[in-house]
Amino acid sequence: MRSNPAHYEMVAPATLDDVLALLAHAPGVHTPMAGGTELMVALGAGRLATRRLVSINHLRELRFISTDDGLVTIGSGTTFSDVRRSAVIAAEFGLLAEAASWTGSVANQNRGTLGGNIVNASPAADSPPALLAYDAEVRLVSVRGMRTLPYREFHLGYKKTALEPDELVHSIVLPRVYAGWVGYIRKVGTRNAQAISKVALAGLARMEGGRVRDVRIAAASLREIPVRCLATEAAVIGREITAETIQAARVAMMREARPIDDIRSSAKYRAAVAGNLVEEFLRRLL
Amino acid sequence: MAKTEAPKPILGTSPLRKEGVAKVLGATRYIDDIALDGMLFGATVRASIARGRILDIQFEQKDDLGNPIDWSKFTIVTANDIPGENTIVHLTKDHPCLAAEFINHPEEPILLLAHREKAMLPAAVAAVKITYEEWPGVFTIEDSEAGIERAKAGDETGVIWRGHGHGGGNNTFKTYCMLKDQTEIPESVWAEAAYIVEGEYRTGAQEQLYIENNGVIAECVVADEAVQEVTVQGSMQCPFYLVHALELVFNLPADRCRVIQVETGGAFGGKEDFPSVIGSHAALLAMKSGRPVKMTYDRAEDMVATTKRHPSRTRHRTAVAKDGRLLAGEIEFVIDGGAYATLSPVVLSRGVIHSPGPYDWPYLRVDGRAVATNVAPHGAFRGFGAPQSIFAVERHMDKIAGVVGITPEEMRRRNFLKSGEKTATGQHLSDPVDLQGLLTRALREADYHRKREEFARTNVGAVVKRGIGFASFFHGSGFTGSGERRLNSLVEIELNAEGMPNILVSSTEFGQGTNTILCQVAAQTLKIPYDDVLIAQPDTYRVPNSGPTVASRTAMIVGKLVERAAEQLCVTLVGSGFLAEGYTGEEFKDGAKRYLAANGALKASVRYQAPADIFWDDEQYRGDAYPAYAWAVYVAEVAVDTRTYQATVTDFHALQEVGKVLHPKLAAGQIEGGVAQGIGYALYEKCVWQNGRMANNQMTNYIMPTSADLPPIHAHFEEVPSIHGPGGAKGIGELPMDGPAPAILNAIEQATGIAFGEIPLLPEDIFARMTGTDGAEKLNPDVMEPAIAAAVGEVGD
Repeated sequence: MRSNPAHYEMVAPATLDDVLALLAHAPGVHTPMAGGTELMVALGAGRLATRRLVSINHLRELRFISTDDGLVTIGSGTTFSDVRRSAVIAAEFGLLAEAASWTGSVANQNRGTLGGNIVNASPAADSPPALLAYDAEVRLVSVRGMRTLPYREFHLGYKKTALEPDELVHSIVLPRVYAGWVGYIRKVGTRNAQAISKVALAGLARMEGGRVRDVRIAAASLREIPVRCLATEAAVIGREITAETIQAARVAMMREARPIDDIRSSAKYRAAVAGNLVEEFLRRLL
Repeated sequence: MAKTEAPKPILGTSPLRKEGVAKVLGATRYIDDIALDGMLFGATVRASIARGRILDIQFEQKDDLGNPIDWSKFTIVTANDIPGENTIVHLTKDHPCLAAEFINHPEEPILLLAHREKAMLPAAVAAVKITYEEWPGVFTIEDSEAGIERAKAGDETGVIWRGHGHGGGNNTFKTYCMLKDQTEIPESVWAEAAYIVEGEYRTGAQEQLYIENNGVIAECVVADEAVQEVTVQGSMQCPFYLVHALELVFNLPADRCRVIQVETGGAFGGKEDFPSVIGSHAALLAMKSGRPVKMTYDRAEDMVATTKRHPSRTRHRTAVAKDGRLLAGEIEFVIDGGAYATLSPVVLSRGVIHSPGPYDWPYLRVDGRAVATNVAPHGAFRGFGAPQSIFAVERHMDKIAGVVGITPEEMRRRNFLKSGEKTATGQHLSDPVDLQGLLTRALREADYHRKREEFARTNVGAVVKRGIGFASFFHGSGFTGSGERRLNSLVEIELNAEGMPNILVSSTEFGQGTNTILCQVAAQTLKIPYDDVLIAQPDTYRVPNSGPTVASRTAMIVGKLVERAAEQLCVTLVGSGFLAEGYTGEEFKDGAKRYLAANGALKASVRYQAPADIFWDDEQYRGDAYPAYAWAVYVAEVAVDTRTYQATVTDFHALQEVGKVLHPKLAAGQIEGGVAQGIGYALYEKCVWQNGRMANNQMTNYIMPTSADLPPIHAHFEEVPSIHGPGGAKGIGELPMDGPAPAILNAIEQATGIAFGEIPLLPEDIFARMTGTDGAEKLNPDVMEPAIAAAVGEVGD
């Protein structure tokens, strides 16, 4: 432990309303902490800059998975373990269930939350490619009320999100429209477990008459934020899966990927593997 | 009295570990579980540059957050406080305990701080501001060699180590020349050889990653303003090494330096030499403060500042006959020792002796060199130089096979050492050695021939390419050369008041099974139940020096001494009439108690006796390098995914001949763990160096394989008893570290057709070779088309 816990302060208001009131009263002062799987690591390493924390880990209002005819709504305090155990997610949103299984260890999955994963906004986070592929929406809550925006508009820049200082992510909403779509998801990490992505790719497509009727491709660790790969999607939509289509998709992926060299991997490797994963996805549509 | 049946043999069975129950129940107390009254916590202020000179040290009055720091509440130790010599002694005294002026690596300790509250330390460490005159660093073997070359022309700016009166020379801790039969290779051999095969092979640093970080608690008795006695307890392998270090730092006799090993959570060599550093540091803080001081490193400090496996570069030049027989070899073996000599000379020696592999070389010359760099000193790690040079020779054998046009198997079969032949040091192999038989069995266990043929067929056009490869090798048991004679180990067994034998050794348990196997040996020799044998906690005030717990020597060398001490104890009890032949376990205890009542105490004591036919000539670097060798063939099966360029080991068979297996479960555990560590060494564990400092000193970025990355590991044994060990046992601990890396890269060569010569081999490395580093050629046609490769080349421009 390289931090002095005496230098930190944490409050834990009883209800969601109390937390929102606190955030509204002094926007930006308190950093919300859910499972703490990111913040506690920073604390241990002596690099947690924020000194004032508000716990949202205990808020039952944020930990739920609800379904209706058209939507599955996942509370932001839902843990990765909750996601893995959900029958409806397993049946209809398999890519998300799979992504939840990648994260850290079982202990991390028991504490880490879906909301925390997207608010932490790591470009290498596990759940965003699946959420982008499913075209999720996020609901943001504050004392001012609730607002909804497409998840693809949530990430604004490296570790920067659309969340206002007085807001919390309330829930993530998935449309139940993917029956008959073909899904693909693969994480290329530094090892098979307890790893951070070097590249991850989620793909979702619907074929009609031998052609790609609809397609979503999303990736982690290829840009400063988790991204939908729109150029790659454009290269295949409306086409048959032929060698030429695959080639065009790979070239598009190479062009829109902007990975970096870092301690885990190299930019060239990441871009090349992203191309390979796109090909693997497209071949699955055959 | 009716004779009872002798107890069943306990050697060769798998009784519960002596300390196993306490570990499973969580009752074991490791060093960080122990607190002493009034204890302070210590921390180390380290350099922030790789090389230079300290100009000034300032203590800031406020920490980074603006909180005041009350320095009067801290104990501060500098090099000036050291009462004895400012050195951590190993083989030489070049390694300072605390830097007084010069900095030679980025984690060089400069100051020590202690405080009642551990949480106060990190901010205080950060508030010590040190200014330096910074000099250009030397970070690689090539940098170090360039410094030597420039010095020859009069430019000494690249010389960071000058011999220091300890032998060696500019940037060179030690050199060895191993010349078979003291005979140079005749030029005619090269001229007449059908093939001359050259190769260069490299291995990286590796972190031991024991579960428990380094940690100690020190106490110091000060009277009349002088240190009277120092006590250090902690996590370690070699208590008497630390005694020796403390003697010099505190200028005390050995009998005023007490060292106690507490239960140790893994070591792998990482707690062989390093506890002398942290132990001396904590003791200095205890001296200055007058309080007990605990120092424990967190994972990040342990990874960045403590020893790692020596990186290496090996060059082979080999003359080969048309049929693949080796005619002559030149091997240049260079290891990077880091900033100070520490154990590098002996690591080098083991690496040199193992560099020829288990082959018959008519002519052989091996030149070994340990060089200095501005990185934290590299140290002991399971295998101790052998994994490096064995990696090279076993990759080179496959290369030669390819050049000659024979199989890797045939290449080995035509060159294996046999019983009665001589090794490169001239050691006559009098014990039975059957490498042909080992190879045959290992390949059969792994289904090698069928798989090799199958993969050659199915790899065409496959996205996931598969391969199978092997390595054959030996590992010497015990200290190298005349080491065991010099150690002169002593082992005792005493009787406790209940009439139970208690083994007194400095050999330590750190997960590998020392306690258990030594008790098995004593139980079997005394013919009493295993549960009736005790082993004392290693406390240098209580136990004799049975040598360090290293070098695959505990089972064979110390075990043999325990066997002899037990025999002596038995002879005394029976000879004095207190015990009748054919006694039971209960009768032993009764007889022992009667002996104690009559004589007060009984302690059997035996000292190492070098076998008369084992001799080593240090001057000529020839003779019997080790009393015995373990022999092995390891077979690895791999899958290389051409979409991710990740090589995964999918199956592993490890066959070894280690003499008598004392405890099958522990032995298999040693093999499985060692193979896992070897897989990490080959494919995952890469130290990323930035200006001499390990940049990825976290378990998230230093990639150790998990269970999800490992294959089934099948451990197989052949048992050929050796006269040198108890019940016929030889050494086993280091052996499994030697074989995995070359076997895996040999398998990857079958899978990919690419001959890789360097480890760790990461997906990025495989990617670079499969696609061509310029991204424009040498494409794997199954994976990438040229246009894609061109696009790869653009990314990141």
